[in-house]
Amino acid sequence: MGLLLHMSQTLDSISLNELVEIAAIANNAIAPKLTEMGLTKGQKIKAIFKAPFGDPIAYEINGNIISMRKEEAMQVEVQMA
Amino acid sequence: MKIALFGNPNTGKSTIFNMLTGLRQQVGNFPGVTVDKKKGRIDTAQSQHQLTDFPGTYSIFARSLDEQVVKEVLTNPQHPDYPEAIIYVADAANLERNLLFFSQLYDLGFPILLVLNMWDRAGQKGLQIKLDTLQNNFPAASIVTANARIALGKDRILHAIDQFAVGERTAFHDTAFQALQSDAEQTQNSDERLQKIRALGLITAAPSKISNQSTRLDRILTHRIYGYLIFSAILLVIFQFIFSFASIPMDFIDGQFVRLSSWSAAQLPEGVLSKLLTQGLIPGIGGVLVFVPQIAILFFFIALLEESGYLSRVVFIMDRLMRPFGLNGKSVVPLLSSVACAIPGIMSARTISDWKERLITILVAPFMSCSARIPVYTLLISLVIPKIYIGGFLSLQGLVLFGLYALGILFALGTALLLKLLVKSRTPGFHLMELPDYKTPRLANIGYTVYEKVRVFIFDAGKIIVAISIILWALASYGPSSREQALSALHQEQNYQQAEQAKQQELDNALLLSESYIGHFGKWMEPAIAPLGYDWKIGIALLSSFAAREVFVGSLATIYAVGDDTDTQKRLIEKLKEEKTDKGQATYSLATGASLLVFYVFAMQCMATLAVVKRETNTWTWPLLQLVFMGVVAYMSAFLVFQLLV
Repeated sequence: MGLLLHMSQTLDSISLNELVEIAAIANNAIAPKLTEMGLTKGQKIKAIFKAPFGDPIAYEINGNIISMRKEEAMQVEVQMA
Repeated sequence: MKIALFGNPNTGKSTIFNMLTGLRQQVGNFPGVTVDKKKGRIDTAQSQHQLTDFPGTYSIFARSLDEQVVKEVLTNPQHPDYPEAIIYVADAANLERNLLFFSQLYDLGFPILLVLNMWDRAGQKGLQIKLDTLQNNFPAASIVTANARIALGKDRILHAIDQFAVGERTAFHDTAFQALQSDAEQTQNSDERLQKIRALGLITAAPSKISNQSTRLDRILTHRIYGYLIFSAILLVIFQFIFSFASIPMDFIDGQFVRLSSWSAAQLPEGVLSKLLTQGLIPGIGGVLVFVPQIAILFFFIALLEESGYLSRVVFIMDRLMRPFGLNGKSVVPLLSSVACAIPGIMSARTISDWKERLITILVAPFMSCSARIPVYTLLISLVIPKIYIGGFLSLQGLVLFGLYALGILFALGTALLLKLLVKSRTPGFHLMELPDYKTPRLANIGYTVYEKVRVFIFDAGKIIVAISIILWALASYGPSSREQALSALHQEQNYQQAEQAKQQELDNALLLSESYIGHFGKWMEPAIAPLGYDWKIGIALLSSFAAREVFVGSLATIYAVGDDTDTQKRLIEKLKEEKTDKGQATYSLATGASLLVFYVFAMQCMATLAVVKRETNTWTWPLLQLVFMGVVAYMSAFLVFQLLV
């Protein structure tokens, strides 16, 4: 059980309408940009719709809709809220 | 005082700018880059100020071209645009994230006014903002609320501008952040600032949710079938306007300039100067203004779609399709608009914030077959493609026309792919984008956009277009002294003397053009174009149609002395069909016609596009490279087609 609770996944792989919490952001060139748009550790985030071909994906965070490509969402580690 | 306007994207910043400055605006570029710089004048009760609008950004840490401009100006007191004070526009309904950039500007020490815009929407979302807490934490800033969409808050802002003062302040977080270089340090600093801002507890009420209604609409508009269908339907309407309805004002402008030109020719004494004015300058200016209806219509629609929030959904559904070609979801509108006319298309590429993606879009856009190619295509197709129906119903002529459009699109995408590998990128392309709420578009904002684009085109690109068209006119209307002898020789000929007066005029014009400087140049370059299947007469038409592609038809009409009336096209086709080469074969054979068609798919042949690319890339390097590249592609493929078919 304990293992399951701590299992983490990245933002690109969560299913629609699943509310998750941001656990960490990979350290690379896009990290400052993700942070500025409000994606910080502990914030709740939810995928609300996807473009055709499943990419990019639109997320709801703090009452905003932010769209990002899969490769960008992959930089965000999340855990179940 | 020099005041700068900053804020996140989608905060209504430009509405505030328009509200404060009205039509007293100037648009230009920031030094060295093609990022729009809008300047305007503000009159307060006490004095006058200059307001500069900066691109919307989320922080001072720069990745894109827009962000680099913002960072450069803010961190270099020697910069000509370094502000003395700042107005910061924040979306009140989205306050905490908006305060990140604000807190950075505050810590840089500028006198600063915080405008909490969209105050009504914050209320609708059930948010209550503790203004006194906000003020206590940023004591040196003035804070006002506004709702610029209905022009609320203007007086409060003007009043606050008069109170600007360089207050002593303690930094909200730190002042060393501007020097941070590494990704990790920048991320950490922003993270700390956001944590601090959230800890202030400025907002009472739960964080607002996106309404189910809006999400439902989003799911339809970005659906893999309905999404593309709806976008296609909208495009169809826009194209209908640009193709069909724009021709009404365009014909009107054309007609008025022809009248103005002949009227002034009648008023002025004959002479070189009067000729320059009536045949060079006036038609040149007309040639600039004739583009205005298409530009105005396209930007009306773009602004409408952008204001409503829909355009970002288009970018969202197109991004994946354009990515393999080194393009971006935002390249779709410029490329598709170029099917009508590359000029507004290229101008609309300015919304692409990544420089590499913008440049590629601009460079490949003229490969899309524009409406000016249609007269050339239809003339040549009816000349050399037989009027037969495949399987009894599929017109071969229609099929060829379709093929020419497809060829242009394929080459645009192929070239984009090539450029993706060749052009070095300054920054990796991101697609982090906010999808703004759906809103009713504000007509005034749309009006400002249209006005601005038209003005920029007329005054920036227009100068170049007028200059080139005067040069082309002079080369086509003047010739070496041998021209006079040739003319009097023509007048001695018996069939000339027996011809009607109108016919004599046509013969005169044909001779004057073929003996002009352009005519001599066309004859001189005949060996170079012979392998493509062209003679010197086609050479002259090619040269003069650099002004605009459709001029090709008019030049041929002049050279073959078929005059200038309504059934010119029919007479021209008959005349061209009779043309024979020295060897007695038809000049306009299938091989020559097909070679010309392919040439016009690829060749730049449009000085207005050249001028606009110069304006949009801020250098002659790219337009000239583009001219040469398109010319080489056109020459080689025309050569190939002719040699295969002949």
